Amino acid sequence: MNSYENEARRSAPLVGERGERRTRGGRNLVGFPAVSTPTRNRADALDFLGVDALLSEEERMIRDTVRRFVRERVLPDAGGWFERGEFPRELVPELGKLGLLGMHIDGYGCAGASAVAYGLACMELEAGDTGVRSFVSVQGSLAMYSILRWGSEEHKREWLPPMAAGERIGCFGLTEPDSGSDPGSMRTTAKTSGGDWILDGTKMWITNGGIADVAVVWARAEDGIRGFLVPAGTPGFSARDIHGKMSLRASVTSELVFDGCRVPRDMMLPEARGLRGPLCCLDEARYGIAWGAAGAGRACYEAALAYAKERTQFGKPIASFQLTQRKLVEMLLATNRAALLALHVGRMKDEGRLAPEQVSLAKLANVRDALEVARSARSVLGANGISLEYPVIRHMNNLESVFTYEGTNEIHTLIIGQAITGLSAFQ
Amino acid sequence: MNITVCIKQVPDPNQPYKLSGTRLDREAVQPVLDPGDEFGVEAGLKLAEAHGGEVTVLSMGPAKAMEAMRRALSMGAHKGILVSDEALAGADAQATAQVLAAAIKRNPFDLVIAGTESADGSTGAVPAMIAELLGVPQATFAKQLEVKEGTLTIHRQTQEGYDVVECALPAVLTVTSGVNEPRYPTFKGIMQAKNKPVEQLSAADLGLSVAASQQVAAVNPAPARGQGEIFEDDGTGAARIADFLKNAKVI
Ligand SMILES: Cc1cc2nc3c(=O)[nH]c(=O)nc-3n(C[C@H](O)[C@H](O)[C@H](O)COP(=O)(O)OP(=O)(O)OC[C@H]3O[C@@H](n4cnc5c(N)ncnc54)[C@H](O)[C@@H]3O)c2cc1C
Ligand SMILES: Cc1cc2nc3c(=O)[nH]c(=O)nc-3n(C[C@H](O)[C@H](O)[C@H](O)COP(=O)(O)OP(=O)(O)OC[C@H]3O[C@@H](n4cnc5c(N)ncnc54)[C@H](O)[C@@H]3O)c2cc1C
Repeated sequence: MNSYENEARRSAPLVGERGERRTRGGRNLVGFPAVSTPTRNRADALDFLGVDALLSEEERMIRDTVRRFVRERVLPDAGGWFERGEFPRELVPELGKLGLLGMHIDGYGCAGASAVAYGLACMELEAGDTGVRSFVSVQGSLAMYSILRWGSEEHKREWLPPMAAGERIGCFGLTEPDSGSDPGSMRTTAKTSGGDWILDGTKMWITNGGIADVAVVWARAEDGIRGFLVPAGTPGFSARDIHGKMSLRASVTSELVFDGCRVPRDMMLPEARGLRGPLCCLDEARYGIAWGAAGAGRACYEAALAYAKERTQFGKPIASFQLTQRKLVEMLLATNRAALLALHVGRMKDEGRLAPEQVSLAKLANVRDALEVARSARSVLGANGISLEYPVIRHMNNLESVFTYEGTNEIHTLIIGQAITGLSAFQ
Repeated sequence: MNITVCIKQVPDPNQPYKLSGTRLDREAVQPVLDPGDEFGVEAGLKLAEAHGGEVTVLSMGPAKAMEAMRRALSMGAHKGILVSDEALAGADAQATAQVLAAAIKRNPFDLVIAGTESADGSTGAVPAMIAELLGVPQATFAKQLEVKEGTLTIHRQTQEGYDVVECALPAVLTVTSGVNEPRYPTFKGIMQAKNKPVEQLSAADLGLSVAASQQVAAVNPAPARGQGEIFEDDGTGAARIADFLKNAKVI
């Protein structure tokens, strides 16, 4: 190709031949200088690094199914749920039917999918709304996984199948008003009395609390921290929803109060002892969050890219300004890197060689990046960036919760810091 | 009940199409299971659930059409037949119908279900041709259906409403997009799909050598829609809109 042709190609507008707005799967938005082979590969404006090609057909089908579910069942109403502070409870059986609840658990009515497939599902769900993804994380990775990992065979048989089907909802109570990042300081107690357990204390910020049929509750017993299954309606157990949240509004967050709450002896999770009980469940959920955050970031980037190409100021699309392009490119960089990182830790998890501090790295990096992307996307949308007509402000606010729950940014920094220095800086 | 559902893989109709000569450029756009055929798959699954039996999905297309087949299998279809042969590339509606009919005939069947028309070719001719080649009745444009004691009864969508149409099985049935709500594949279904049997056939396996008898002479974009008529309401607006609708034979 001579240099004249090369020049002509380079200056061609970066849109499809018919000037159409690009959607996923087309291949007409170009970022590379032209090369001389006629059949050169082109980078996709969304999946720039071609991460898609690293997925198996089955993984793509699972991803596409969730993406479609989100497009049809989540996105049309997500803004309204957020505005009204409403969790779409009617979705729960549908999530169960697809196989999203306890998706990576084998048996007990669960789908038994791979870690990567579970991650892809989290990514697509959170590209819809963080509230829906949080429901799935808490139900599957926290409540169901606690039962699977630490429960008795009877616990598993009784609770897992209906929870997988979305007929029963679970929550996971670890955090307390005075014990957040430092769960070892929890004050909720479990004492034995006449063959039963008596729970006393308060749990705070508990996702699904007010709608749960069963709470997995962590409490201090004589021999250390223990987990208990407390069905809703147990005398002495009450839940009060937390209002006035500016984040994760399409999700129920509650305070759980245990006041001399008596539960039968066999409602204790027999295999869990010490903080390892709840912490190993958190690892499961954090893994999904690393994927989910990548989805939220991607949704913000997509919204910003589409908007910037359409919005005209000073006689040009705002996408044509260098400052905007830089924002878009930074977003692209972050979202593609996040997808690669999530997939990498996913493959490691499927191979059984993922360490908790590596999950910390993925959670920390992807949530932080997604929040940056969301803020930058918000600025690209100008005034529309604060409107629920667009998904960006919703994601931006939601990500503030994701930044805090399942280990704050700081706590994950300290976990990684300890892993590389061998020195704990927690206290 | 042995049910065969004809499914076609088409370029994603939600994306802008591209032409290469007088044909669609199939490389340019992500191929998907024709959304119209999902209704056929759902209808087949519902009938099999109610009456027992198996749903076979049948497609003719390039090797890549296996993806559309897997999608139908992940929704719950029991097995598949994929007729794929370079010799069939460029087949027209009649050649397609000959191939599909030959594939259907190899096994006993009670019902063949197809879409009303495909999202890409849109001739709407294939199902009728299949019925003719199989020598069985066809019930088309079903927006509601029932099978009872060897009889298929449908509500056939018309301009004004619907006709009730009845025929004996075996038959060919085409369904509209109003007939049901196609299920999402479940993850279990997706994971099982790859282990379900898919028979791959060539034209020779079917003892056929078919060729297109039609040629596409030219492809032109549909004329852009003309400007609508605007009524300023000066108190007679409602009456004028009613007249307009009457003239258009809408009411
Ligand atoms: C929407 C939402 C849903 C939630 N759902 C659940 C749930 O389902 N179940 C559950 O158990 N919990 C849940 N949580 C609670 C969440 O896990 C805690 O909020 C989180 O662990 C942080 O605890 P905290 O809020 O008490 O903050 P604190 O621990 O008080 O931390 C305050 C700040 O101090 C920093 N900090 C703390 N210790 C250190 C240190 N050693 N060095 C440096 N900085 C430090 C933190 O990083 C943070 O920035 C939820 C929270 C939210 C917002
Ligand atoms: C190697 C190969 C390459 C091909 N390449 C092309 C191509 O480039 N362009 C193109 O348009 N077609 C291609 N075909 C497919 C074939 O030519 C068309 O299916 C045929 O023209 C049918 O017309 P229609 O889409 O208008 O069907 P319609 O009559 O509109 O379809 C109605 C219904 O009939 C059924 N049906 C139609 N076609 C098929 C099918 N192929 N398999 C199963 N069920 C079907 C479906 O249920 C559909 O909803 C290819 C086939 C092969 C084997």
